Amino acid sequence: MTAIDIGWGTTTAIKTVVVLGIVPLTALLLGYIFLLKMMSHMQSRLGPMDPGGFHGWYQLIGDGIKFMQKEDIMPVKADRRVFALAPAIVVMSTFLVFVVIPAGPRMVVRDLDVGVFYALAVSSLSVIGVLMAGWASSNKYALMGGLRAAAQLIAYELPLVLAVVGVVIQAGTMSLQGIVAYQADGSIFGFGALGFPLIITQFVGFALFMVAAQAELTQPPFDMPVAESELVSGYMVEYTGFRFLFFFIGEFGTAFAFAALAATLFLGGWSLPGVTGTMADLLGPVVLLVKVLFVAFLMFWARFTYPRLREDQLQALAWKWLIPIALANIVVTGVLKVAL
Amino acid sequence: MKREIKGMLTGLGVTFRTMLKPTVTVQYPHEREDPPNRARGVIALKEENCTVCMLCARSCPDWCIYIEGHKEQRPPRREGGKPRSVSLLDRFDIDYALCMYCGICVEVCPFDALFWTPEYEYSEPRIAELLHDKNRLGEWMETVPEPEPLEQGAQVKGKK
Repeated sequence: MTAIDIGWGTTTAIKTVVVLGIVPLTALLLGYIFLLKMMSHMQSRLGPMDPGGFHGWYQLIGDGIKFMQKEDIMPVKADRRVFALAPAIVVMSTFLVFVVIPAGPRMVVRDLDVGVFYALAVSSLSVIGVLMAGWASSNKYALMGGLRAAAQLIAYELPLVLAVVGVVIQAGTMSLQGIVAYQADGSIFGFGALGFPLIITQFVGFALFMVAAQAELTQPPFDMPVAESELVSGYMVEYTGFRFLFFFIGEFGTAFAFAALAATLFLGGWSLPGVTGTMADLLGPVVLLVKVLFVAFLMFWARFTYPRLREDQLQALAWKWLIPIALANIVVTGVLKVAL
Repeated sequence: MKREIKGMLTGLGVTFRTMLKPTVTVQYPHEREDPPNRARGVIALKEENCTVCMLCARSCPDWCIYIEGHKEQRPPRREGGKPRSVSLLDRFDIDYALCMYCGICVEVCPFDALFWTPEYEYSEPRIAELLHDKNRLGEWMETVPEPEPLEQGAQVKGKK
């Protein structure tokens, strides 16, 4: 099968449009399935049932349209340009992560050789946007939220990266396609029907990645920066309308991106054993989506179960537990990689 | 440490099991909740029992009951007796915009003219229409549920 050559410019334009369309869609999907429905049922209630007719599926879209109609309020003393730019930076970092996440053998915007490194690097760009939002709002609660977010995101960036290093050592590549291929081609003691999902050997890394990703998303139990009961949403407190919508898309889009990263790194990504070629391109997104929803379920399950950690507990968990465990995991993985 | 981990897993179990259980939500406009018999929905008035004694109006903490009445002479019961005077109700209004559903009027009524009913669907777009007059209050009488039977061994009050 030959690829249809439509030129670099057109390809890039199509890819951009697809990413721009998919990211809000993923945010809607996660927001609807988990925030509106799963959380409601975990609290023994139904959640929205009327909008759209079927189980309130239209609720979040309606909310989005409502946000667009809202007045754009900016505090008088706000640093206007920084205030306006902050949500764009947060949402941009979400968009950029989607660039390297593969959904099929050829369904990837750009498969970088340093894919894992790139994904984690751009995902941590959002801390700059958060800090800008907190600083520019000229509101002490926003500033406190912004600083807490900065402290937390930097602290949990380390275990996040270190947890992935084990995977990179074992797969011997940083390219996400390479890691998927490694997992698809591998076999468990000669039994190849399942491939070799890296969670089998890197379960410590997976657990660390999940905890750290939860903290990166500032979701409960790590929601000190947005702590609604004391900081009334922290750095987002002065944002309304469309800019708030940006933060919402950023939050759930990033949740999807991290779930997709976890699915790709630890669960084999788009690969389904025995499916290759064009079929893999068609089935890849579906397989990836199923895995992403499973990972996201774990994330949101913890989110809706646990109460908030205190700030010092939160820092202690990162520095005293997660980072040492991650380092030990790297050492063990490295030794075993060389020894075996 | 072991206890903490066990507690965290128990928490996850609780949320997971709650998710699979049926919810307690009643989809109100589509399905109607059945309030218990003794629910304090709205107060009904049995006009023929009322003697315009004003006890309810005076005991009302919100002053939301408005009563007006007059007296009429009626022929004597026995031949040659004195004409009786009867109190008749001209106006009996309860302003549900003020009422706080304490039920003191129902408690205090010596002639069983006021009753609780579990009806609750009488909201109005205009606040003035929450003032129910005696006809409206009388219509609520149809919805008063039968009193529940006394518990076994309960003392029956009043004359035999």
